[in-house]
Amino acid sequence: MTLETGLEPESGLESGSGSGKNAILEIEDVTLRFGGLVAVSGLSVRVPEGAITGLIGPNGAGKTTVFNVVTGFYRPTQGSVSFRGRTLTGLPPHKVCEAGLARTFQNIRLFHNETVLENVMIGAHVRQRGKWWQTLVPFAFPGALREEEEIRASSMELLSRLGLAAQAGAVSSSLPYGAQRRLEIARALATRPKFLLLDEPAAGMNPQESAELLGFIRRLRDDFDLTILLIEHDMKVVMGVCEHIWVLDRGMLIAEGPPAEIRLNPRVVEAYLGKDVPAAPPEHAGAWGIE
Amino acid sequence: MNGTGTRARSGLLNLLPLAALVCFLWWAPANLDGYKLRVINLIAINAILGLSLNLIYGMAGMFSLGHAGFMAIGAYVSALLILTPEQKVTMWILEPIAPWLLNLHTPFIVSLVLAGLAAAFVGWLIALPVLRLGGDYLGIATLGFAEIIRILIVNLTPLTNGSLGLKGIPAHTDLWMSYGCFLVILVFVARLMGGNFGNVLRAVRDDEVAARTMGIDTFRVRTLAFTLGCFGAGIGGALMGNLITTIDPKMFMITQTYNLLMIVVVGGLGSITGSVIGSVLVTTMLEWLRFVENPITLGSLHIPGIPGMRMVLFSVLLIAIIIFRREGIMGTREFSWNWFFPPKNAPRALPDEGGRGR
Repeated sequence: MTLETGLEPESGLESGSGSGKNAILEIEDVTLRFGGLVAVSGLSVRVPEGAITGLIGPNGAGKTTVFNVVTGFYRPTQGSVSFRGRTLTGLPPHKVCEAGLARTFQNIRLFHNETVLENVMIGAHVRQRGKWWQTLVPFAFPGALREEEEIRASSMELLSRLGLAAQAGAVSSSLPYGAQRRLEIARALATRPKFLLLDEPAAGMNPQESAELLGFIRRLRDDFDLTILLIEHDMKVVMGVCEHIWVLDRGMLIAEGPPAEIRLNPRVVEAYLGKDVPAAPPEHAGAWGIE
Repeated sequence: MNGTGTRARSGLLNLLPLAALVCFLWWAPANLDGYKLRVINLIAINAILGLSLNLIYGMAGMFSLGHAGFMAIGAYVSALLILTPEQKVTMWILEPIAPWLLNLHTPFIVSLVLAGLAAAFVGWLIALPVLRLGGDYLGIATLGFAEIIRILIVNLTPLTNGSLGLKGIPAHTDLWMSYGCFLVILVFVARLMGGNFGNVLRAVRDDEVAARTMGIDTFRVRTLAFTLGCFGAGIGGALMGNLITTIDPKMFMITQTYNLLMIVVVGGLGSITGSVIGSVLVTTMLEWLRFVENPITLGSLHIPGIPGMRMVLFSVLLIAIIIFRREGIMGTREFSWNWFFPPKNAPRALPDEGGRGR
């Protein structure tokens, strides 16, 4: 276990810088305590615009908590989050979504009774200008009615871009697992985000599917002009797609850097496997990390 | 896709039952007795009330037991606005009527709209603190507020004539009025739920966390749905008062809410069509089952009439529905003409605005 990266984890904790490009999302010195439990401690992350980045760490490291802080579900005890230069700290989740951040969930949270198309249309609602009462008197507000049609059409188009058009009329809970994951992403895209947070997109996928996921995530970034931050346990996915990785353990940032450095970082290996285990090849570290 | 074609055809087909309804309403007053007409009126009013409760409970997922309270507000506001000053002077015998109220007088339609608005306003006020609760807690809180409204009506004698109630309300509710209001509200609810706002409402019901993540201000949406539902309750209450021509606080006890709850649950939570069907079934059954309260002689067996027996029977029916068909008659589905005329080469189960057939 040698430190080949030349990056002191402690110094990474201080600077928390990404690459040289402008940061679109800046998490600065965020601490979140639940009573006596420190879920996230002094975390600083700067996500460069247009990058695909990853947040990894063993179970219970606080990764999803970071997502919840960024998306407004938790208010940090200390520190701040800013997005495109605007501070997000203290905004409720729906305002965060309006600002251009969308997310998916570790355990898929679709609207189960709704159809696939309706799920996407609900995502599009945040950009809808027409008011609810305008559809009651359609002859007075033809614009509102036209907008509804446009939303329906653009949602259909989004579905076909993600290969879900054939299932548009099906109830979302009837879709196979992989398609549900894709639908959740489609729904997030319907909010027209600038930034996408994916919480374990490969969870429950077989090796074939997760291999396809790599290309899919890259296409998402390119086609929709996104910055992507993902949480993932599947090391093949993380190492294959991420340009920069942050590693959390027990709420603390223990390492950051490009995948090549992270996979050799002894502290990362230790966090995943424990101290006394002989150094294992990093691919195996990934296998161990899977729930 | 032939979506517009299908919709235009559905629109045309909707005219058929509408025409049948108009014919029936034109035929009924001359050919049916007062009792039957009363029941037919009640069906429309209960449908309005059921739809408004369904909007709150079935579609937005807020378990509310406060509907009778909002009905009471509607009924009293409407009655107080249409009673003449002479009627008011003779009716307030315990305490004199508040002077500003004495000469307040508006046409029926104005009083109807104001009744809805008053109920909606009170509903909105109550929603602000109460809708932060969820599930059963919300039910208990709304039940409490409905009781508060009723107790206030009993005790604000200068305004409401207390427990004596109001009598001699002009019978403005005829078939045209009740079914007219019913159709307007039916179309409004169908349009609301058929648009993207309907999707949003159902999203808030199904998964609040996901809805908030999708940029939906769930508190605002729920408050809105609750307020709209209360508006419907106010209209229904006003029509009810003008049908029965006398109202008193005892009319608006929790049993009234239970009847509406029964309509919504029997029809199907979240289904517009279901509420209409539920209203027809429950209203007619409540009347038809009265025969079990009369003395019955079967051969040598003589059963004396027991008041309240129909409620026992009704409870058994309700239990049977809950056991064998928990989702109600319609579930969350809606009536659609596509059932009878399946559209060619249209995607299966494409969401369309149904439920306007009746």
